[in-house]
Amino acid sequence: MQPLGISAFTLTSALGRGCAAHLDALLAGRSGLRPCAFDGCALPTWTGTVEGLDIPLSGQLSEWDCRNNRLAEAGLSQDGFTNAVARARKRYGATRIATCIATSTSGVEQGERAYRERGASGPLPDWFNHRTTQNVYSVGGYVRARLGLAGPCAVISTACSSSAKVFASAARLIATGCVDAAVVGGVDSLCLTTLYGFNALQLLDARICRPADESRAGLSLGEAAGFALLERSEADAGELLGYGESSDAWHMSAPQPEGRGAAAAMRDALARAGRGASDVDHVHLHGTATRANDVIEDKAVRAVFGAGIACSSTKGWTGHTLGAAGIVSAALSLLCLRHGVLPRSLNTGRVDPEISAHVLLQTRRTAVRRVMTNAFGFGGSNCSLLLGAAP
Amino acid sequence: MIEAWVAAIACAAPGLPDWPTARRVLRGELPYEPVELPRYQPRLLPPNERRRAPPAVRQAFRVAEALFENAPLAARDCATVFASSDGDTGITQRISIGLATPARTVSPTDFHNTVHNAAAGYWSIAADARLASTALSAWDASFAAGLLEAAAFVTVEGQPTLLVAYDVAVPEPLHAKRPIDTSAGVALLLTPEPSRGTLARLGIEAVASARPSTLADARLEALRRGNPAARALPLLEAVARERPTAVELAEAEACSLRVEVQPA
Repeated sequence: MQPLGISAFTLTSALGRGCAAHLDALLAGRSGLRPCAFDGCALPTWTGTVEGLDIPLSGQLSEWDCRNNRLAEAGLSQDGFTNAVARARKRYGATRIATCIATSTSGVEQGERAYRERGASGPLPDWFNHRTTQNVYSVGGYVRARLGLAGPCAVISTACSSSAKVFASAARLIATGCVDAAVVGGVDSLCLTTLYGFNALQLLDARICRPADESRAGLSLGEAAGFALLERSEADAGELLGYGESSDAWHMSAPQPEGRGAAAAMRDALARAGRGASDVDHVHLHGTATRANDVIEDKAVRAVFGAGIACSSTKGWTGHTLGAAGIVSAALSLLCLRHGVLPRSLNTGRVDPEISAHVLLQTRRTAVRRVMTNAFGFGGSNCSLLLGAAP
Repeated sequence: MIEAWVAAIACAAPGLPDWPTARRVLRGELPYEPVELPRYQPRLLPPNERRRAPPAVRQAFRVAEALFENAPLAARDCATVFASSDGDTGITQRISIGLATPARTVSPTDFHNTVHNAAAGYWSIAADARLASTALSAWDASFAAGLLEAAAFVTVEGQPTLLVAYDVAVPEPLHAKRPIDTSAGVALLLTPEPSRGTLARLGIEAVASARPSTLADARLEALRRGNPAARALPLLEAVARERPTAVELAEAEACSLRVEVQPA
């Protein structure tokens, strides 16, 4: 494929609001994870929380009010992103810009509140609006309305691969000529469903998550909102060089043991970019810190790149943001490409002897040209992106 | 305009239990009688998963399996797009009800079945389908959004793509907030080139807004409005009638499409 321009991007997570806060935290090695203080959660676990989401959405868009859409709003409000979209809207027209947003949680937290208030029986409270909050599409509807866009819009929800897949979907829409640009992104927020759900699957670590570490014991969940503006020939913020997608066809909540699907997605991304393994400077791992993911992803990375490739996960900084994990990895990678950073694998002490790819334990400053990001989700959904620095 | 060829169709909704029946109803050769569908046992799932498959997975499998009984390609050779407005609301509700109790119980199976791509995941396992798969929602425009995604995939990646649109009845108390009374599903196999047995050529265009095509029969129109997957009905009618026509799949808030249908 022809490289697709990324003209703007932004990220909000436990590390703070906006790109500067994230670069700062990466360089300082400062994690955003804290012991979980989420209201109603009694589990021993660490989480990456975005502060200050107590203020309801107001005005014309108030019907969309829920934690997830407040987080979307917080995310959109950084780094001049809405101005970048307004410029694109002026240039192409509102109908010529697609909106492709990802989520796994959407506003389910609002539903949790509604059922708590309802109690053991009876109807749900009058104030609960399922369409604009809990329903999967809610975050897409919100972003489209908020940005004044009128092109095609869909929410992709494929668990933890979601906000990498939106890049592929948007690239295809642009390639068909039915739109000229796309706002892509992902928003997932903390809620009891994911905290207690992952706990039921015994996938949460009671301690801070330690990707690739020999003593790693599972996830620290996080929340985040990230967005990028894709346009054919405006590449001030970077380029999408390639994308790859595959399905494990193995198990709903465990990865295929040889990393077959993961390797296929990475190879597909390289092939679509017309690049070889040696053109890639860093693999930004999915690296969730579960026992299974990290060792299986390592097999796949070695199969595609060999053992020497520099790689690391940033989940130790932000936590696993699920439906937003793809955009978090993409945005952090774009920052690293722009500023010449190879980030270490935060919280990793001793690398698991079973992991033999070159996991970075120190953050390095050096020119970075191309980064591969991985995002692998429940249901065996895999998506890898090859990102390049602004030309 | 995005071009794609329809190689096979399946559908399942009250009174439209399969495509051959639906085709006759939509051509006006059979009266429409909305008879509920019996519970479906997915054939491709192993016995344990078949027994425990949630309603949304059953509905998706009902149409996907029917499509491949009569398709020129194997399921494992197709990419997939699964489009559902609300997924399995029974599970979402069960989890929320459990979380509202002091014990905050969540079944691990319920949790991995609550992901919006659950049906897509089960399908990929059952069919050993390793190509790209996506799952999306656009509220009442989910079928249109799925069709656009699938057609873009066919055109840009040159791969045959299975589109499955499905939504299931929503239980109380959530039903009052999302009144879907019945289950419905539609499956289309789209290919980049025509082949023997191709049913129609589609020319798809995203349009700014449009008034949606409707159905003349009041009860079919009620079905179209009553389940997001049934928003496919005007397109199915166009294919059934075998006359060149254009349909508008229009839901103002997300995705309006104009689809030219040319019989093959």
